[in-house]
Amino acid sequence: MSNKKGRTLRISILRFNPNVKDDVARIETYELEEAPGMTLFIALNDIREKYDNSLKFDFVCRAGICGSCAMVINGRPDLACRTLTSNLDPDISLSPLPLFELIGDLSVFSGKWMRGLNERLETWIHDQGHEIDKSRIEEPMEPDLADEIYELDRCVECGCCVAGCGTILMRDQFVSAAGLNKVVRYSLDPRDKRSDKDYYKLVGDEDGVFACMSLLGCDDFCPKHLPLQAKIAYMRRKMVRTGQKK
Amino acid sequence: MKITYTDVLVIGGGLAGLRTATGVKERGHDAILLTLIPPKRSHSAAAQGGMQASLANSIMGEGDNEDVHFEDTIKGSDWSADQDVARMFVNTAPKAIRELNAWGVPWSRVKRGDRQVVINAEKVTITEKDEAHGLINARDFGGTKKWRTCYTSDGTGHSMLFAMGNRALEQKIEVRERMEAMALIHENGRCYGAVARNLMTGELVVYIAKVTSIATGGYGRIYSVSTNAVICQGTGQAIALETGVATLGNMEAVQFHPTAIVPAGILTTEGCRGDGGLLRDVDGYRFMPDYEPVKKELASRDVVSRRMTEHIRKGKGVPSRYGDHLWLDITILGRKHIEKNLREVKEICESFLGIDPADEFIPVRPTQHYSMGGIRTNYRGESQVLKGLYSSGEAACWDLHGFNRLGGNSVSETVVAGMISAEFISDYCDSKESEINISTETISRFFKKEQDKINKLLEPKPKSESVYPLRRAMEKIMMDKVGIFRNEKDLQSAVDELKDLLTRSRNIEVVHKVKAANPELFNAYRTQKMLKIALCVAYGALLRKESRGAHAREDCPERNDKEWLKRTLTTWPKDDDTLPTVSYEGLDIKSMELPPGFRGYGKDMTIHHDDTKVRQDEVDRIKKKMIDKGADRFEIQNELMPYDDKLPKKYRGRNERLEEKFDE
Repeated sequence: MSNKKGRTLRISILRFNPNVKDDVARIETYELEEAPGMTLFIALNDIREKYDNSLKFDFVCRAGICGSCAMVINGRPDLACRTLTSNLDPDISLSPLPLFELIGDLSVFSGKWMRGLNERLETWIHDQGHEIDKSRIEEPMEPDLADEIYELDRCVECGCCVAGCGTILMRDQFVSAAGLNKVVRYSLDPRDKRSDKDYYKLVGDEDGVFACMSLLGCDDFCPKHLPLQAKIAYMRRKMVRTGQKK
Repeated sequence: MKITYTDVLVIGGGLAGLRTATGVKERGHDAILLTLIPPKRSHSAAAQGGMQASLANSIMGEGDNEDVHFEDTIKGSDWSADQDVARMFVNTAPKAIRELNAWGVPWSRVKRGDRQVVINAEKVTITEKDEAHGLINARDFGGTKKWRTCYTSDGTGHSMLFAMGNRALEQKIEVRERMEAMALIHENGRCYGAVARNLMTGELVVYIAKVTSIATGGYGRIYSVSTNAVICQGTGQAIALETGVATLGNMEAVQFHPTAIVPAGILTTEGCRGDGGLLRDVDGYRFMPDYEPVKKELASRDVVSRRMTEHIRKGKGVPSRYGDHLWLDITILGRKHIEKNLREVKEICESFLGIDPADEFIPVRPTQHYSMGGIRTNYRGESQVLKGLYSSGEAACWDLHGFNRLGGNSVSETVVAGMISAEFISDYCDSKESEINISTETISRFFKKEQDKINKLLEPKPKSESVYPLRRAMEKIMMDKVGIFRNEKDLQSAVDELKDLLTRSRNIEVVHKVKAANPELFNAYRTQKMLKIALCVAYGALLRKESRGAHAREDCPERNDKEWLKRTLTTWPKDDDTLPTVSYEGLDIKSMELPPGFRGYGKDMTIHHDDTKVRQDEVDRIKKKMIDKGADRFEIQNELMPYDDKLPKKYRGRNERLEEKFDE
């Protein structure tokens, strides 16, 4: 909270409302005085309340937990709610995450995209119809393995890795780092009975793990610091081996 | 007018809503789920510390079972919870967690052998049993006798919500994102669905269903500083209230969490103190043992929040430009523990405070956190007065928490309430009674009413009001006058000022004249709804002349069971009313398993009800008789307060533990 007091911030926002006929995309700049501890969550709400109440953006938890507020901040995808303005120059540029369907201004329909991804990869436990008795003691799991799964389970589906991906610009069906991370997460989980062959069917092709050009924007931009680089490499080795077995 | 028919309309996509939807789907009923945001971004994700369930795997949970969990919950509620509901809950919680385990939650596990923990500021070595290795672990939390709070690091809600969200995808639940329920459709005491608004296009649509279930969370955002997500605005409670028929229960019961960071109001989990963190004042002095020598930092939340406020009032707070605060010290837990088990807390400290909590103290202060009040339902999760309307989770008041909720009981409740109410909803859907017989004429009337409201907000007005100043004024009134400590004078002025704001809110004019994706427009109608909810809270608090749980009246410090062992019920009969109509529902001491007693914090100032002693004697007599007969704990419980017939069949029955193994 040791911010310099009272800088004048100039926040430039890419504005466009696809629901309004003949609306034209434009950049609008708002000036406001910086407050101590100010985040982009506070700044954008200030702009909406004081200057332009039509400004659209998405915040939910405003604590860096839910992944709603990803946007492009000075050219880099990140979570706006936990970006302190004091860490930025006074000239700040904001635009919506690319690739996702635009709702308006900084608001994108990333939830729909992520739902599609989860459906495509069937990101749930495949237990082959095994019914558990909920009143009985649970199956044990190695503590370290549970921690390892949790590490990958921390993805908040914010879309920063998708927005920072070079591959997806050329292959729009690319499964993305978020998707590959999920596949690794389930393949580690002994409760999921899918085999490597099953995963090969999901991501063993040119829209899956073999599409990745290893530019690794995903790894640079993940706000949860998931080990995306390592896990994509891990999956690629695994899928190569699985493919060769055929 | 676009009308969609379904069996069950679920409003809200957090844990409670998702579990309700998947539950009815398993029973063969169709469900449509309306949500403001993608379900995985719901506020359930923010539950960090854990989920209470008496698995008793860890050595520190040894001896734990349903009875201990029940007692903790009732004491925590200051005896105002529904004891049948609490029994149903504690018996289902272990089943819920094991189900979630099967669905993929990576619960932290017990490791056999020695491990070092911090208890009461001292490093202690505990030894976990061999046979517990790999089973679900638990940590300590406030107001509990045993270590019962199961967790995944401090991202428990996130992991649970993702597992649940994925389960809903597997079940092909129809999720309608960015769709806001505007009003319930009802006629002759029966609810038939809702008018909803697409937040992207502005289009109004209608959903007609046999059952409508509201699971929209709490109403924390009526306060200026709250740990709640920005969508926790009480609009679910408001649409129930606006039927003029459905009742809300105990709306004045609002919890303040001891440790939200200053100034952002973001939560740091109770797990910080559960794992051994301490509270310190301006002098670096650990003050909680002076106030609460037994439970110290791990007293119930309402107690710790009040003690912190008292200590600040004595001049022991740390001054800052945002007012006084205290320190949360987790440095004693060590970096390794923090980076493994409190990593969200660490990220929050780094991002919002620019500090490393392994080296520095965290500035904290009590902040609005949880709504015990909500849509009043019976133990089935159904409104007592509006047939076909159900509610579960924080949105509801089936009354598990009474006037104070224990940490770790909320995510647990969301799932358990979803499981249980889904069964009752399904039973109802299976019955002939649930058939839909409503005319399109009635539907049109509700549709048009919402259409008119929107148009009116957009209309130019001679004496117009703008939305944000009204909203901020409401938030400030609630914070300053309906907070941790309350008194008649402040509450009366809060009610008067809120009434005035409500009247003014009827003249809000939306400046930006667009229906599609217009944040000013949705903030306008939500503010009107929030003001009604704020009035229910403030007015209920004004009328309740006692102190109970989180409702602390400086001018009436006693818990007065004689006059106030009852639930507050509020309704809003006419649209143009400016105050809710309040009535009360008594609690029956004579049927309680655990008659009212002293919680064990501070000085006992209870004014007891005459029935309490009678029932206590009876309970003692029954217990003695049963023990003499050689009865086990289940038989004794059943003799005191049978509840089994209330629980859906599939959730009856015992829970296996290492100490209570089932015979093969």
